[in-house]
Amino acid sequence: MKRNRMGLIALIAVVAAVVYPFVFSSTEATTIVFYALLYVAIASSWNIIGGFTGYISLGHAAFFGLGAYTIALVADHLGIPGGYGLFLVALLGGVVAALFAVPMGFIALRLRTIHSFVIVTIAYLFMFQLLAFNLLGVTNGSSGLAIPQPNWSGAFFNMPFYFAALVLAVLTVLLAYWIRNSRFGLGLLAIRDDEDKAAGVGVDTWKHKFAAYIISAVPIGIAGAIYAYFSSYIYPQTVFDPMIDLTIVLSAFLGGMGTLLGPILGAFILQPAQQLLTFYTGAAGWDLVLFGVLFLVVILLMPSGIVPTIVERTRRARVREAVQKADETVPTPDANPAAGGGPR
Amino acid sequence: MNLVFGSVVLGILSGGIYALMAVGLTLSFGVLEVINIAQGMLVVVGAYLSFALESYWHIDPLLGLLITIPTLFLLGFGIEWAFLRPLKQDRVALSILVTYAVALILEGLMGLWFGDNFVAIHAWYVDAAINVFGLYIADIYLIGFALAIVLLGAVYLLLYRSKFGAALRATVQNREAAVLIGIDVQRISTLTFAIATGLTAAGGMLFGATTAFNANSMLDLISRLLMIIILGGMGSMGGALVASLIMLVSVDVVSVAYTPTWSTFVFFALTVVVMVVRPQGLFGAPPARKV
Repeated sequence: MKRNRMGLIALIAVVAAVVYPFVFSSTEATTIVFYALLYVAIASSWNIIGGFTGYISLGHAAFFGLGAYTIALVADHLGIPGGYGLFLVALLGGVVAALFAVPMGFIALRLRTIHSFVIVTIAYLFMFQLLAFNLLGVTNGSSGLAIPQPNWSGAFFNMPFYFAALVLAVLTVLLAYWIRNSRFGLGLLAIRDDEDKAAGVGVDTWKHKFAAYIISAVPIGIAGAIYAYFSSYIYPQTVFDPMIDLTIVLSAFLGGMGTLLGPILGAFILQPAQQLLTFYTGAAGWDLVLFGVLFLVVILLMPSGIVPTIVERTRRARVREAVQKADETVPTPDANPAAGGGPR
Repeated sequence: MNLVFGSVVLGILSGGIYALMAVGLTLSFGVLEVINIAQGMLVVVGAYLSFALESYWHIDPLLGLLITIPTLFLLGFGIEWAFLRPLKQDRVALSILVTYAVALILEGLMGLWFGDNFVAIHAWYVDAAINVFGLYIADIYLIGFALAIVLLGAVYLLLYRSKFGAALRATVQNREAAVLIGIDVQRISTLTFAIATGLTAAGGMLFGATTAFNANSMLDLISRLLMIIILGGMGSMGGALVASLIMLVSVDVVSVAYTPTWSTFVFFALTVVVMVVRPQGLFGAPPARKV
């Protein structure tokens, strides 16, 4: 019954997202939700390796950039004009990201300690940024690359991008849901709790981590390509941007790392907040300060994120209710410790 | 040939400066098990402090260290006490996020105070150069290298010749056991982070005197410093020193013998290559298997 209710809520959310651009059709309104949806896909995808296994990658923006450069280069070299066909090329961004993820994951995951993994993933991001700057013949360096303009325009302009992001977000969340409820996902969660014990009970930890790393690269590559198409021009510093990683981790973290709902919630809180903050403070430095302070407050007050905190609170409230009821019917004071004996 | 020799010398000298910036990172990792993403920003804060003292009150940057080191010591003390100590569970992830947030706040504040323009610290020894065997070397590099050796030597003595150092090393080896034999790990942690941050003030001054910087330089810096400590072996002080020298010499040689465009790439490529061969870094202990 609980599962049915969750399904119903998910259905309502998707319907609301479909209806939204027809109700609020201004460019600003659709752009904000477009970015939020894009980050739902990115953060949910990152969550497959970062949240489920606890291997926090700070270099997944590399896949975002790879996707972005893939669509720009393919469209340019094959002479594909702007149009709906380019969304198919965006899928190629995911494929390229996965191909790169194979050697990258192979090296980073050999390190065994999470600290080294984190740092090597940072190295990846900066390597790709430098490559994009330096391989002038391929990437045009700091002058960036143009992506063909779409052949629709006017008030309708945002719509196809919005729905592309929506489809990507829904599919990514479904993928994460499916993994989370599979045997494979169970192995990933076991790795997060205790990698040695997981290996001890027969989980092939290497294969699990490796697969999760590659899978998590795909939706992010596609998201990068969609972003590139949407913004029609890319630069090394905007698509291989460390801030993207920070936003991913913070979204996942804010909502609750390793939960399905967490990254969705996080992206929908963080993206609009970030855009409004930059809009109202004019990016002079106050936006960084406010963002950082917000960030610290959330981490120190809710170290496990919104979703786990709420779940824990409601669970405790239920226990308290049950205890009260038990007290009313059978007034035995020594029943209390047993009833409230959950981990604090 | 002479050019390459010159770049090796320069690489060694600036390697010393980088070691001074990186040692704080490796110390706080060793003791607190925290990856301090704010380290790059703390270097920049140290540089801006020296810059402000020099340009507003005409205090010599070297003399100014008597002010900037204690200031950053207190800042480090505050950061550890307010933001790192409360983290109980999930320290790896949370410490990265918390120190990233601290870095962003400091970056924003520095940007507001000093603007976006690149600045550099000036002193007579920054612009003067001396002739060593036909090589012209700016005095600041020699002073910087000497200062780095003195301060790193002081840290070495503190670690290996004092009771505090013994307690600190015990904490690095085994946190739980250190608590059991009565070491106040909390106090050691706070002091270590404060000392690491204080040292960073000196690294920051030398960075600011050898490189033009602004608040945004922190990203560049932290990525390089992280590569240094992972190459050297995380938590190893000697490793940080050797890795700094290797890195900076390679960077300078590539920049002279090939092209400056690819010199920064060496930082990252070298690290990844070494990680393939030796995942624990040059001087790192192989990861112990937890029982």
